[in-house]
Amino acid sequence: MNHWKLLGTTALALGLAAPAMAQEIRFMCYSDGNECEVYDDVLTRFEAANPGVDVVVDVVPYQAILENLPVQLAAGTGPDMAKVTDLGGLNQYYLDLAPHIDTGYWDASFGPILNWYRVGDRQGYYGLHSQLTITGAFVNATLFEQAGIAMPGSTATWDDWAAASRAVAEATGTPFPMAIDRSGHRVAGPAISYGAQYFDAEGNGSFEGFGPFAAAFVGWNEDGTFARDVWASQGGATYQDAAQEFINGQLVFYYSGSWQVGRMDSQVGDLFDWQVVGSPCGPAGACSGMPGGAGIVGFEQTQHPEIVAAVIDFLAQEDIYAEVAARTRNLPAHAAVASAGVQFEGASPAAQEALTAFAADLADVSPIAFAYQGYAGNRAMFGITVERLSQAIVGELSVDDAVARMGEDLAAAMAASQ
Amino acid sequence: MAETTGQGAAAPAPTPATPARTDGLFLCLISPVMRVIEIPMLALQRMLGIHRLAWVFLLPNLLLFGLFAFLPVILNVAYATTGGANVLLADRPYVGAENFGFLTDCANYLDPNSCREDKFWRAVWNTLWFVTLQVGIMVGFSLLTAIVLNREIRARGFFRAVFFFPVLLSPVVVALIWKWILQREGVLNAFLDWTGVGGYNWMVDADWAFGWSVFLSVWAHMGFYTLILLAGLQAIPRDVYEAATMDRASPWRVFRRITLPLLSPTMLVVLVLALIKGVQTFDEVYAFTGGGPGTATTFIIQYIYEEGFAGAPRLFGLAAAASLMVAGVLVVLTLVQLWVSRRSANG
Repeated sequence: MNHWKLLGTTALALGLAAPAMAQEIRFMCYSDGNECEVYDDVLTRFEAANPGVDVVVDVVPYQAILENLPVQLAAGTGPDMAKVTDLGGLNQYYLDLAPHIDTGYWDASFGPILNWYRVGDRQGYYGLHSQLTITGAFVNATLFEQAGIAMPGSTATWDDWAAASRAVAEATGTPFPMAIDRSGHRVAGPAISYGAQYFDAEGNGSFEGFGPFAAAFVGWNEDGTFARDVWASQGGATYQDAAQEFINGQLVFYYSGSWQVGRMDSQVGDLFDWQVVGSPCGPAGACSGMPGGAGIVGFEQTQHPEIVAAVIDFLAQEDIYAEVAARTRNLPAHAAVASAGVQFEGASPAAQEALTAFAADLADVSPIAFAYQGYAGNRAMFGITVERLSQAIVGELSVDDAVARMGEDLAAAMAASQ
Repeated sequence: MAETTGQGAAAPAPTPATPARTDGLFLCLISPVMRVIEIPMLALQRMLGIHRLAWVFLLPNLLLFGLFAFLPVILNVAYATTGGANVLLADRPYVGAENFGFLTDCANYLDPNSCREDKFWRAVWNTLWFVTLQVGIMVGFSLLTAIVLNREIRARGFFRAVFFFPVLLSPVVVALIWKWILQREGVLNAFLDWTGVGGYNWMVDADWAFGWSVFLSVWAHMGFYTLILLAGLQAIPRDVYEAATMDRASPWRVFRRITLPLLSPTMLVVLVLALIKGVQTFDEVYAFTGGGPGTATTFIIQYIYEEGFAGAPRLFGLAAAASLMVAGVLVVLTLVQLWVSRRSANG
């Protein structure tokens, strides 16, 4: 008899609990620094304002976002929302937030960045760009000072920086003058400065005009201007950075991006002076970095579209966005927050200065770079760039063959994506 | 005598009391269940006949085997004959042999640059070179080590353990150990700098990276094959060697005329197993070099992994087609192994 009573009570409790359980939102999140921790914290305020809603922040490695999330979404077993970097590539799964948000506020706050999440005829409101990044160069100022060589100015070209870095490395006995992360995204800005178009007349992805940069970059790897270890010691499209070499004082000029500021700040400390010098100019006239970053999106397969939209809209509000940007030390994509300026929490003067320099560099971003970041096929193009450029660096392909192969690979990838 | 008889008569039967009690208890519990099962089983037997009833007992195993062995092969064929980047088969268009055609479209198979999918042919040639070198060196060294460890040497047990130890390591651990030793600021370069020879950037040089990959693989797997060959050596009858000693045969002649012929069945098994394992090489070299520099150490399994899972878009069809081609090679090698095993079992 007691058992029947217990069973009845449990069933009743489960029945009562069902509505609350039905409002659980799974948020798949990866961190470059402390982002997920900060989201988890600020979302407790959303939960307090919306009783019965439980936003569970599932912290996963970045690799899971890149490799597992697309498969989960294709299989219909994805989370309700996630922080993603393949902004246009996952568009087919995005939840359109438009019916649940003030689109005027979003347009005014995020403007053209919203296009990075739009593909073809899916032109809704899909993603909150939570982390705006831009590629640029870190320079070891102490090495320049020790070498007694003046740092090139703000309009200096890649050739100017190459000559200066080589001279500094030679004078100070530093192993590597320059390095650039092994990533198709990282070389996009310099390539555009050398004339890469990245789009054909119809707006499709293309490697038209990539040759001059490829030739220069391969040459720099051959003559030792660039650290050969970064691009030549890996295979496939594997990502490899050179941050550790820079932190160890073995590198004069390191081209990476704004997301490395926190790492430099905490790991370089007082060992040497470093500064951000933005993106050098190229023969095509541009001095462009490559924008990027991550955004928070909801997925159509969620059972609770209104709640997911409400959570994302909550994070998009100016006060919350400004707080998150300050606590995570990320450049804001929100126009009002950016114009008000962000006092990054716990950042040293050098880090604050570096982030300000990166933010100022956003004005120089080429329209091609802006469009390339939002192009749905950019991830395929990044991978192709890394593979073929590496083959040219190690001598498996000539520069011309490598660029020709890049075009063929892209055509095959686009055909498969259709 | 009487005492002895008495003792013999008094000796208890060698049936332990406790197991008998346990068996009894077990039978008590199981009997009602068996009686319940017996009714439908008898009905089934009457319906199917005693011979077909065997299939009923085999059914659970067949289902599991089908689910985990046959179904993936069928799915693989399905993916290999469809195109696009979608995961769900229903969303993938049928393309027939297009993926196979794409992979095999070559002007000259010996020159990957003349192939439409040059990365595939680079991986194929790398794998062939790797297997040839790795298997040759590994079987040779394993034989040498087994012969030495089969002799009455001091600390033989210790050395057997030393040679077998790398087999116990995870492939990723093996790769990380050697990466730590061979990287630009690694242990080897530190030693070479100390001796005045000067270090070298091994991992950036395509030939050296390939050579070290072969070495690492031999180091990691040699112990396993040494163990098999050692067992083969110990199975050779001693009296054959004693007869050779009495005939004053030289050690080289003993090795050539006795050891090698009697060890050849084991050698063949080792060779085929090493070939299969060599074609499947992926994890340790991938963790060691990432397939670089360029594609110098990209082997066929890494190509399949990258096309199917790491690249964008994910070309499942191409990866599945390549994996079926590898499967074909492995099936041939497995059949050779089976043939060799049966031949050696039959003497």
